[in-house]
Order: sequence, then C-alpha cells, then structure tokens
Amino acid sequence: MTRSRLLPYLLIGPATVFLLLLFVMPLVQTIALAFTDNGATSLTNFRKMMGDLNFGLSLRNTFLLVLAVIPLQLCLALMMALMVQKLEKGRDLVLWILIIPLGISDLAAGLVWLSILQDRGYFNTVLNMLGLIDGPVNWLSYEAPVSLFVGVVLAEVWRATAIVLIILIAGLQLIPREYAEAAEIFGATAWTRFRKITLPLLKPSIQSALILRTVLAFEVFAVVYALAGRNFPVLVGEAYAWQHVNQNNGVAAAYAILVMLISLAATVIYIKALRTKPEMQP
Amino acid sequence: MSAAGVSPGLRRFVFWSGVAALCAWVLVPIYLIALGAFGGRAGVFRWPKNLLPWDASFAALETFLAVEGVWAAALNGALVACLTMLFSLLLGAPAGYALARYTFAGQSAFRMLVVLTRAFPLAILALPLTVTFIRTGLYDTAIGVALVHTALALPFAALVSSSLFMGIPRELEEAAWVFGCTGFQAFRKIVLPLALPGLAAAAIFAFVISWNEVFAASVLTVRNKTLTAYLLTVLAESPLHFRFAGGFLLILPSVLFIFAVRKYLFAMWGIANR
Repeated sequence: MTRSRLLPYLLIGPATVFLLLLFVMPLVQTIALAFTDNGATSLTNFRKMMGDLNFGLSLRNTFLLVLAVIPLQLCLALMMALMVQKLEKGRDLVLWILIIPLGISDLAAGLVWLSILQDRGYFNTVLNMLGLIDGPVNWLSYEAPVSLFVGVVLAEVWRATAIVLIILIAGLQLIPREYAEAAEIFGATAWTRFRKITLPLLKPSIQSALILRTVLAFEVFAVVYALAGRNFPVLVGEAYAWQHVNQNNGVAAAYAILVMLISLAATVIYIKALRTKPEMQP
Repeated sequence: MSAAGVSPGLRRFVFWSGVAALCAWVLVPIYLIALGAFGGRAGVFRWPKNLLPWDASFAALETFLAVEGVWAAALNGALVACLTMLFSLLLGAPAGYALARYTFAGQSAFRMLVVLTRAFPLAILALPLTVTFIRTGLYDTAIGVALVHTALALPFAALVSSSLFMGIPRELEEAAWVFGCTGFQAFRKIVLPLALPGLAAAAIFAFVISWNEVFAASVLTVRNKTLTAYLLTVLAESPLHFRFAGGFLLILPSVLFIFAVRKYLFAMWGIANR
C-alpha cells in the first residue's frame, strides 16, 4: 500500500522540482534583483526606470497596443469561430488555414508585415496601382507614429488571433446544440440566440482566452522590434535594451516586475469581471 | 436579422466571400514574404513590386543560408527545440498521469502551481537566470535555453497528458494487472500506445513554442543562438532581403508542424483551459 501511496509523488516530483527551479526561483531572483542596488535594498532601479526618457512612452505604447489588439482579436476570432461552425464543406481545410499563424513567431510576423508595409513594399505597390500614391511612402518611420502603430496592430492581430480562435472553438463544441434549437423554435433570431445563449455559455472560454492573450500581449516585443526598431518603445523591449545595450540587469528586472504586476492585475480583473456561476453552465 | 427579401443564393455568396476573405487575410501575407524571400536583393528594391512570382529564384534563399552563422543558428534552434520537446514530455507526462489516476494530498496545490505559470510572463523571468547559468556553466548552451523553454512548455504538456490519460479507461489497465502484468508493463503495453498520438501532438507543440521564443533565447546566449534569437540580434544591421529570407525560414517548420497536429489542437486547448 505504501508503494502506491508514494507513486503519485514520484511522478509529480521531477516536474515540481523543475518548476520550483525554473519558475519560482527566477521569480524570487527577479524581485531581489529589482530591489537591490550595490548589495543594499533600494528602489534605485525603479527610480532609474521611471526617470528614463522612454519609460512613459513605452508604458503608454504597450497599453495602447493591448487596448487596440485584444478587442479586435476577440471580435475577429468570434466571427471566424461562428463562420467555421456553419461550414459544411471544406471545414477542415478552412480551419487549418485559419490556425496557421499559431505556429508563427512574433519576430517572423513582424518581418512578414515589414515586407508588406516597407516603403517599396506590396502595400504601396497596390496603392500605386490604384493610383492613390505617386511613389514609395514610408509608413513605418518615426515621423508617422499613427501608421506605425496601425502596422504593429495589424501584425499582432494577424499572428495571435489563432490561439483565441482555437480556445473559442473548443468552447463552442461544449455547448449543447439543443439550446439553440429550442430557442429557434420559440422564434429567437440568430442575433438573439448569439447574445442570449452562445455568448453567456462561452464566457469561461472567452475568459481564459482573454487571460492568456492579455498576458502575452503585455510581453509584446519582437513584432514591434521587427517593424519599428526602437522607434516605438514597449515595456519588454526596454527590458531587453537595458539588459543588452546598457548591461544593467537591475533596471531590466524592474521592468520585468512591472510587466508581471500588470499581467497579474489583468488576470485578476478578468477573473472578477467574467465570473460565471456554476449553475449557469450546461 | 430577418431573412425576408434576401435570397438564399445571395446569402450563400456573402457567406463564402467572408470565408474567402478570412482565408486570404491569413494566406496572402505568407505568400508575400515568400516572394520577398525568393526575390533576393534585386526584388527588394524593385519599384513598383511584381505581385506575381516572376523574379523568384532559389538563389536568394541559398545566399541567405550561405551567410556565416545562419546554418549553425538554424541547427542550434532545432536542437534546442528537440531538447525542449524531450524535457517537457519526460517531466510533464508522468505528472499528467499522476493527476489523472491518483488522488493524493497536495494534488490541487500542484495543479495550482502549473496553472499559475500562465499568469506570469515566463520568458522575462529568464533575466536573473543569466547569472545562475554563468555560474553553473549552462550559459550559452543549448541545454540552458531548452530548460527555460521547458518551463514554458511543461505546464501545457502536463495538463494535456493528464486529460489524455483520463480518457483511457482505468479498467483496461486493471485487466492487464489481472493477467499478470506489473504496473509498469500495463502502462507501457496498454496505456502508452493509446496515448501516443496525443502525446506526440503535445511534444510537437512544445517544439513550436521553443522554436518561436525569442526573449529568453537572446538573453541567455552569445554564440550559440537559436535562429530566432540570431535574427533578432542581427536584425538592425541586415539588409531587407536577408530579413525576409530569415522570416520565411522561421515560418516554414512551424507551419508544417501545425499541419501535422491540426486534429489535436482543438481537443488539447479545450482541455488545457478547463
């Protein structure tokens, strides 16, 4: 009997030790690193971080990106999911195409959109063919912050909607068909059915998709770097720069702490705002 | 949305145009970067661009691969990704099995630890690991980077394998015991073959996670970079056609892998999010 009691601990043991060493320990170390300066506990790193010229800008840019990207992705993914559900022919092919970006890294996605939006790129070629512009226009320069921002949003929405789509489709499959059928018999329109049945029952999936995506969205970095270099500072990009260019891992750790706190706050907000009562689940 | 007055033919046309538009939204950018990758130096500076692949040639991609460091980085990236695959499966699958088959004190605490990783920006936590890794000799090695990537892939592997094992009836295993198999034999001969396709899918997903990760991989290496990290480091100094070739090469393996596991993705994510 003792052997079978021990067995589960032997099985989870390695994974637990691993997570303690490579998740909990670095977490504690990051906190320690951020709050020490020359061996003494201090807020110097945070002061340096906040005194930096790029700090306010990167904070603003990151938030703007998250606020623009996440709602767009949710709507687009919902549209895709409902569309795929209606498909009878070619469902597998369409699904595969729509989830291809899941395998594409943020750096690669940035490069893809760079090839489209660069001044001699395909976007300008099409505009030129339509007679809208006369020559190459630079959309990604420092002087064009709005189009630069739109470019980054496009790349992020293009790349990371697939994961939201997958979570939503997995959630849609859990909703019994009978609900919608019953509502249809009682004369509910497609829009009412979507609002009163699909959306509330999909809430847990929407919640986990939002948490996952938002945490990742606050880590946005390589897409921006590929499209804009350092012309469009974001939080994690600054952490990378402090570590690599300035060789100051204390300030980089302070940035990491800030990103972590924001991610945790977002998670808590989602959990509170989208709480579902157990009795409302199918 | 009343359907009155709208003919079913028109509705079907609108629906299929929507499907086509969404597919094009995903596929056209990939096609365009492929054009950039195969177009080479001449293609990048051409204005206006040719939207059809008339200047495409393999020479451009060959030139890219001949650049010093590219092949090494690609191989190194593949090595790191394979190690990540191996580690996350070796650590995650047993944990998943324990979660699926046993009830034990501390079970919910372990589950909590696994799920908690999701609320943290894990890759950024690699920052202090530079110091630890330099001390332990793991800095700038494939194993070191793979360890950090395993932290990203392990929670996923554990949750997915737990649900896989839950889907295999316990009775099958018990029947094997009755016929004289030991616990391990029953696992190896009965449970493992049934769980293998799902485990393979989870492993491939771990590969993709590692292949694509850029922050930790750049921070923890100097010479032995993965392809993603290598491209990030040389990005600012490299010409556009070089960047496009690199981007295309990054996309290629992931797309093939996603194709290989497409059937499992929905089941995996449905489960991993409960």
